[in-house]
Amino acid sequence: MADKKTTVPFDGTPEQAEELRAAIARIKDEKGSLMPIMQKAQEIYGYLPIQVQTMISDQTGHPLEEIYGIATFYSMFNLNPKGKHKISVCLGTACYVKGSGAVFNKLQELLDIEGGECTPDGLFSLDDCRCVGACGLAPVMMVDDEVYGRVEIDDLHDILQKYRDQ
Amino acid sequence: MKLTLDKVKEMQAQLKDTVGERPADAAKTRVLVGVATCGLASGAGKVMNALKNECSALGLGDVEVVPTGCIGLCQYEPIVEVLAPGQPKVTYIKMTVEKVKEVVKKHLLNGHALGKYTMTYADEEAPNNDEAPITSLDDTPFYKKQVRIALHNCGIINPENIDEYIARGGYQGLGKALLEMTPDAVIQTILDSGIRGRGGAGFPTCMKWKFASGNRGNVEKYVCCNADEGDPGAFMDRSVLEGDPHAVLEAMAIAGYAIGSNQGYIYVRAEYPLAVAHLKTAIKQAREYGLLGENIFGTDFSFDIGLRLGAGAFVCGEETALMTSIEGKRGEPRPRPPFPAVKGLFGQPTILNNVETYANIAQIMVRGAEWFTKLGTEKSKGTKVFALGGKINHTGLVEIPMGTTLREVVEEIGGGIPNGKKFKAAQTGGPSGGCIPADKMDVPIDYDNLIAIGSMMGSGGLIVMDEDSCMVDIAKFFLGFTVDESCGKCTPCRIGTKRMYEMLGKITKGEATMKDLKELEDLCEYIKDNALCGLGQTAPNPVLSTIRCFRDEYVAHIVDKKCPAGVCEDLLVYIINPSKCRGCTLCARTCPSGAISGLVKKPHSIDINKCVKCGSCINLCHFGAITKE
Repeated sequence: MADKKTTVPFDGTPEQAEELRAAIARIKDEKGSLMPIMQKAQEIYGYLPIQVQTMISDQTGHPLEEIYGIATFYSMFNLNPKGKHKISVCLGTACYVKGSGAVFNKLQELLDIEGGECTPDGLFSLDDCRCVGACGLAPVMMVDDEVYGRVEIDDLHDILQKYRDQ
Repeated sequence: MKLTLDKVKEMQAQLKDTVGERPADAAKTRVLVGVATCGLASGAGKVMNALKNECSALGLGDVEVVPTGCIGLCQYEPIVEVLAPGQPKVTYIKMTVEKVKEVVKKHLLNGHALGKYTMTYADEEAPNNDEAPITSLDDTPFYKKQVRIALHNCGIINPENIDEYIARGGYQGLGKALLEMTPDAVIQTILDSGIRGRGGAGFPTCMKWKFASGNRGNVEKYVCCNADEGDPGAFMDRSVLEGDPHAVLEAMAIAGYAIGSNQGYIYVRAEYPLAVAHLKTAIKQAREYGLLGENIFGTDFSFDIGLRLGAGAFVCGEETALMTSIEGKRGEPRPRPPFPAVKGLFGQPTILNNVETYANIAQIMVRGAEWFTKLGTEKSKGTKVFALGGKINHTGLVEIPMGTTLREVVEEIGGGIPNGKKFKAAQTGGPSGGCIPADKMDVPIDYDNLIAIGSMMGSGGLIVMDEDSCMVDIAKFFLGFTVDESCGKCTPCRIGTKRMYEMLGKITKGEATMKDLKELEDLCEYIKDNALCGLGQTAPNPVLSTIRCFRDEYVAHIVDKKCPAGVCEDLLVYIINPSKCRGCTLCARTCPSGAISGLVKKPHSIDINKCVKCGSCINLCHFGAITKE
C-alpha cells in the first residue's frame, strides 16, 4: 500500500486542517467518536490519505493502525481520491475478448496510475467496472456519464485530451 | 417551548383536520407529493417544483403543496394527492410536469378532478377524456388488504414538521407511558401485545426489554435503533425513517423509560442521506418541544438520542457488530453470550430494536395491547411490512396483517406476475432467508410458519420469481453478496462462504458432479453450526432452501448440463435457425468475438467455441432467427 498513498501529492490546506482540528475538538470527548471524526475528515478532504489519518491519530490519541484498520474495513472510506473525471473500463466478458483489458492497461500507462488510483493532478481516476449492457459496442469505457464504444488503443490519447482541454 | 401532555393533546385537537381528508369549511386545499427517495428518483422533485410554480402563477393562495414520505406504490411514482375541502382524496399517479399544469388548472383552479390520471388507468394509456372515472387509491386491491400501523403516517404527514406528527396523535404514547404508567407496566404492555422483532429473527421485543430492565437508575444503559437496513430488496425502514421519523424517536424514548436509560443511538446507514436529514430535523424539533432532553413532560425522566452513521458494511446490521461500530471501531461481531441486554454498547446493558419494530410501539401504548393482538396469528401479532419486488406487477411497499397468505400478496395485492408467466417462488429474508415455492403459497405468513417451510421473515424483502428465474443462479447471487460482505473475523464464514460460492459456480458452469452437491450441503450445515454471528450462520439458507425445494434444478445443471430456466449462460448455446435467417449479416458484423459467419443472403451460423454469449446478436436480429437453449 505504501506507494499507493503517494500517487496524488497531499495538498491539504491550513484551512482544512483547522476545520478538522475544530471538529475533533468539538466531538472527541463523545463516546465512540472516532468514526464520526473520520467521516467528518473525509467530508473535508474527500478521502483519507495517510497524512489525514496521522492528524486524527495525533489529535485523538488513537493509534494510527487502529484508524487505518477502520478506514480499510468500511467500504465508504477512501484511501485514494477520486478524480475530477472518473474513467471506468468494462471488463465484462464481451468487452474483455474485444480487448478492453488492453485498453485498461494502456490507460494505466497513459495516466501513469494503477486501477483504483487518481492522477497526481486530480484530473482522472481509473476503475474497472462490470458489464454496462453495451456488449454490441465492445470494448466499452465510460468517462463520467459518457459511454465510449468500440474503443481502440489509438483513440485513448484523444479521448483523454478532450477532457484535459475542458 | 417545552410541551406538556395537555398541550400535546390540545394541539392534536386543533390540528387533526389539517392532515388527511378535510372538512368542507377547511381554509386550504392540501396537495401532497411523495418525495421519498423512490419518488425523487422518478422525478417527484420536478413535479413538486412545477406544482408550486403553477399554483403561484395562477395566484392559488389557498393551496398548500406539502412534501410527504413514501405513499407505497413505487411503480406509479411520482404520486400527487389532492385533498380539497369537503372532497374525497384524489390520487394522481405517474405525474409529469405537463400533467401537473393540467391538474393545477382544471382541478385546483376550477375544481374538476381528472380521473384519467388516477389508478383507473394504472396499467394502460390514459384516454384524452376529462370525464374519465376516478379511482381512489384506497379502492385498489393494492391498498384494500393492507393494514397500516408501522406506515400509518407515511405518505400522509410532512415528515419534517413535528406538528403534523402531533396532529396524528404523536407523542401521546410517550405521554401516557411517562405520566400514567410505571416502567414495569410499559414492559407488561409490550409483553401483552406479543410484538416480535421486525428486523429478521422475530425475537419477542418484551424479552429484550425485560432482560435489560434490572437495576434501573443505578446502571448506565442504552437504547439503540438498528437502521442499517442492508438486505438487497428491502427498503421499509428507509421509508419509515424518511416518512415518519418521530415515530422512531417516540418509541425509543418509551423504551428508555421502560428499561431506565437516558441515552439512545440510531445507527443509520450513510447510503440513506434523506433518512439521515429527516432524522436530524426530527431530533432537533423534538428537543425544541422538550420531547427529548431533560425532564420530559415535567417528569424526572430525561432522554436524548444521538445519530451514528454507518460506512458501508452489511455486517453492521448484526447486533453486536452494530454496537461495535457505534463504539467507533471496525464493525466486527462478538460472541454471544454475553447478550447485549447484559453487556452491550460500551459494555453496558443495551436494547437494540429495528426501525419497524419501533414504529409500532407508540401506537401500542396509545391503543392498548389488546387492539394489537387482534391483528395477526396466534404467535405473530400485528402486521409486517414487505417490500414487493422482482417479477410482479405492482412493486412497492405493503403492510399486511400477519397470517395473510403469499397467494393474497402476490395475486391480489401485487397484481400477479407480468407477461402471463407462472409463479415459481418467492424469496424472503434476503441473503439470510429462503424460498417459498408455489405449493406453499397458501401458508399464512408468520414467523413460525416461514421457518417451518424453510424460509424466514427477515427484514421484509419479498422478491417474486417466475419460471424464467434459475434457482441455482439466485442462490449464487445471494452467496456472492455474503462473500463480499463477510467481515472476515471467523473462518467458517470467511472461507466457507467463498468455497460455497465456488461450488455454486461450478454447478452453473456444468462442471460439477453429484459428489459436489453432497459436499455443498455438508458445508452449508457446517457453516450454520459454526459461524460466529447471524450473517454467517444464515448465509447457507438460500442454498439449503433452494436445494430442498428445487433439487431437480440442481440435478439438471449437474447431470444433464442444462439450465431449465435458460439463465446460466455457460449451459446455453446460441443457435441460428437457418429457415428464419435471411443472411442480412447484421449479427456477424456486431458479434464482438467474431463467432458468426456466413455468406450474404445465406443462413449464418454461430461457432459455439468462439461465442461469448453476450446476447448482442439476439437483440439485433430483425427476424427472430437467433435463440438460446
